[in-house]
Amino acid sequence: MKRLSLIGYGVLLLVACVLPFLVSEYRTFQFTLVLVYSIALLGLNILTGYNGQISLGHGAFYAIGAYVAAVLMDKAGFPYWATIPVAGAVCLLAGFLFGLPALRLEGLYLALATFALGVSLPQLLKYHHFEGWTGGVQGVVITKPDAPEFLAVLGLPLNQDQWLYFFTLAITVVMFLLAWNLLRGRLGRAMMAIRDNHVAAEAMGVNNAMVKSLTFGVSAMFTGVAGALGAIAIQFVAPDSFNIFVSLTFLIGIVIGGLASIPGAIYGALFIQFVPNIADEFSKAAPWAIFGLFLIGFTYLMPLGIAGAIRLGLARLTGKEHNSQPGKP
Amino acid sequence: MKRMLVPIAALLSAALASSAALAQKKYDQGASDKEILVGNINPYSGPASAYGTIGRTIAAYFKKVNEEGGVNGRQINMISYDDGYSPPKTVEMARKLVEQDKVLLIFQSLGTPPNSAIHKYMNAKKVPHLFVATGATKWNDPKTFPWTMGWQPNYQTEAKIYAQHILKEKPNAKIAVLYQNDDYGKDYLQGFKDGLGAKAKTMIVKEASYEVSDPTVDSQMAQLQASGADTFFNITIPKFAAQAIRRAWDSGWKPVHYLNNVSGSIGSTLKPAGLDKSVGLITTLYLKDQNDKAWANDPAVVEWTAFMKKYYPDGSLLATENFYGWNVAQTLVQVLKQSGNDLTRANVMKQAASLKGFVVPGLLPGIKINTSASDFAPIESVQLARFNGTDWVRFGEIMGK
Amino acid sequence: MDALLHQILAGLATGGIYASVALALVMIYQATHLVNFAQGEMAMFSTYIAWTLINAGMPYWGAFFLTVAFSFVFGVVIERVVIRPVENSPVLAVVVVFIALLFILNSIIGWIYTYTIKPFPSPFPEQPFFGNKLMSSHEMGAIGVTLVVLLLLYAFFRFTPLGLAMRAAAQNPESSRLVGIRVGWMLALGWGLAAAIGSVAGMMVAPIVFLDPNMMGGVLLYAFAAALVGGIDSPGGAVFGGFLVGVLENVLGAFVIGNELKLAVALVLIIGVLTVRPSGFFGKVHVTRV
Repeated sequence: MKRLSLIGYGVLLLVACVLPFLVSEYRTFQFTLVLVYSIALLGLNILTGYNGQISLGHGAFYAIGAYVAAVLMDKAGFPYWATIPVAGAVCLLAGFLFGLPALRLEGLYLALATFALGVSLPQLLKYHHFEGWTGGVQGVVITKPDAPEFLAVLGLPLNQDQWLYFFTLAITVVMFLLAWNLLRGRLGRAMMAIRDNHVAAEAMGVNNAMVKSLTFGVSAMFTGVAGALGAIAIQFVAPDSFNIFVSLTFLIGIVIGGLASIPGAIYGALFIQFVPNIADEFSKAAPWAIFGLFLIGFTYLMPLGIAGAIRLGLARLTGKEHNSQPGKP
Repeated sequence: MKRMLVPIAALLSAALASSAALAQKKYDQGASDKEILVGNINPYSGPASAYGTIGRTIAAYFKKVNEEGGVNGRQINMISYDDGYSPPKTVEMARKLVEQDKVLLIFQSLGTPPNSAIHKYMNAKKVPHLFVATGATKWNDPKTFPWTMGWQPNYQTEAKIYAQHILKEKPNAKIAVLYQNDDYGKDYLQGFKDGLGAKAKTMIVKEASYEVSDPTVDSQMAQLQASGADTFFNITIPKFAAQAIRRAWDSGWKPVHYLNNVSGSIGSTLKPAGLDKSVGLITTLYLKDQNDKAWANDPAVVEWTAFMKKYYPDGSLLATENFYGWNVAQTLVQVLKQSGNDLTRANVMKQAASLKGFVVPGLLPGIKINTSASDFAPIESVQLARFNGTDWVRFGEIMGK
Repeated sequence: MDALLHQILAGLATGGIYASVALALVMIYQATHLVNFAQGEMAMFSTYIAWTLINAGMPYWGAFFLTVAFSFVFGVVIERVVIRPVENSPVLAVVVVFIALLFILNSIIGWIYTYTIKPFPSPFPEQPFFGNKLMSSHEMGAIGVTLVVLLLLYAFFRFTPLGLAMRAAAQNPESSRLVGIRVGWMLALGWGLAAAIGSVAGMMVAPIVFLDPNMMGGVLLYAFAAALVGGIDSPGGAVFGGFLVGVLENVLGAFVIGNELKLAVALVLIIGVLTVRPSGFFGKVHVTRV
């Protein structure tokens, strides 16, 4: 199974590398967004799927990441690639600090706290005292990066969209490897132990408070990196880009993709990127109604998400006992 | 083999002949002998879905034009996408329209933040970004953004007219301002302050902002009333405008009440608020109000009503958006007509910038659409009006350019 | 001082709105231990039904009670048809179904009735009570209605066998089943009650904020906060929470931090309170059994 999934990931990566040469620039841009969302969903999944803390406000960290990138590029003249680690670091800290008091909150109360964060962040971005930095209600326009020149010299001239796609792909791979390592390791096991039984975990010597806050930080970091990449791809940030629906969309993404599943983040990203467009094609009168029906359909047919359905399907095909622990990637 | 050659030769000669005859026909992507492909982005879902009806009205109007033979014999086909008022989605949809659907131009994309997101892209790609549905001032910037053009009078121009009116009528007014905390509200506020000039600081005694997500503006209204202001500038969308009008009435505050044009509709603002409570409101108008009895027999309103019944029967006759959409669509049709057989993007833009004294039926008498290479603001004049309990009574001259 | 009083009263008026929606949230939580994100849209849907009935010429109170009855049935049907199939799915899958419901109801109502705001009649007189200009008589009336609903709920749960059965089913489904309570139907009844209360809330809110498909969007968050600050399992707490949130938000906005950040700060305060008192002011403190 292990070797099989390794081969699977290899094929996936290969397809991802060839993709931008087969499709139009516009599609390449869309797939860049899919990669961006997959990192964001992975971040949320670490928190919600693996650690059992529900966040209805991850759009806030996505926004912080995006604004860090935009402000650094616009005001401080940072090159685009240098903004990514800064965005990640800022969100790591923001998430950790937010996680400290939020720790005391469980279930619904945490959901409210994060929901509140998601709702109030756009207002903070508009706040007139920060306007010098954030551009207030007007937002910040940033420039799209060109492919570095050495690529053209090497005989591989990429257009802006292709370059951005590969740049995003590289970061996506790094982030996924990071997540995979993290979840396999000590912290990952502690996270899942807390999710499954926090009292037992505490008794076993897991420092619940620390692990939960750290998880919050790490999760925010992933989402923040995604936000920065998203801002560079869209070339524009504004408070209206980050309303509460972004957070709800992320939640939809991880549930439809599959909770506590690393590939689930990719399925979820594909879903939130493409299904609303399909709904829009069906009906101009009520696109949300169609999207809602899709959501209900997916949750009925695949209560464990797309990843869960694939896992069950594979298990049936190979006739082997399926891995009942969804936590294992 | 020989038999095949004959038809090919015939085709060739026909092609040669026609290309000679139609030498002046020029097309960019999205235009052909048969059709003109137009892109549109509207919020059919999400928080601004109230405006989605504009896109449906425009689609209905193009259907009417096509049934009547199209523009210079070409059908206008519009592809419209939903962006849910979310700027990232707008970017995606604009790229889809330009790069995949290969439209000739994008028309009437809605909202300041969504249009800001694609402003640079449209100009880099040199695709006409015509008559955007927002009143921000920045769309009139032909030097930096020669491919983008607004349509309606911009918010700052309008706000300046209220300021001038206050300065003239009540130079010692104490003014309270309620505004929506976003680009639209702040643009109005800026124009208003500019219009008051140096006196803005002393005359404006209280400003209060609200968020679109606020359930009510009761708290803000109480603050404004407590400031002792005798003049009130109401920069709100219909829902909150109606709340503010009723709240002022309920609490017995009777300032001179200026209402922005955004909420000037009798059907969607004043009726819900209560016509009796709206007496004395002052606004500016540039379009006829289709719900105003004064215009009930006006040819424009009669024609529009017939159009709505036939082509968009689901659409509300109360919604100003539907009247607006009908008018703005006619402006585009005029531009396409003027472009004749030269349907290149450059020419479409050139024609959009050479509208001289063009009149769409819904405009108030005396207001005309004028554009030039250095003036990308099609409608720049408005007229003040006061509400008398049943209609808007216009007064004073047509103001602006 | 007058200004402060004015803000407090305005806060109570909007707080009444939050309270009524919070009450519906608490209802559904008591039955299912879930927070229904579609609660606001369900209330909005009911209010449109009432609007249609009134516009068809039905007298106000007739339309009112018919709408409440209809909403009850509507809630039961939603539970039986939409929620039942995901009953055993992970909690978050159910949350996604709630969000889907929110989207669907909002979109369909917008499609049928358009997004133009509509005035909704109030059963209370237009002139303020006792010449008091600080609060309209509808706002006072709405608060009164909310309190009446609260009393009725209290009586229902406290003194009727059905209320007792519902409480039991929510608290301990297994044991309830053993004593012969049909737990599935109790859940459906809970949904029906919540929808009925929501419809009352909608009809009380609509005259203030005007009827449009998005009218509950802003309210839901405040109601959520209100329900939690009062204690999600306490109807009385929810109403108290509603008033508290309304007043806090207004007073902070007017005198302390300005309107721009009032929502953010009000929420931070609430969360601050919750970290100290994790089950809200009136909620039961749960002791975890290992």
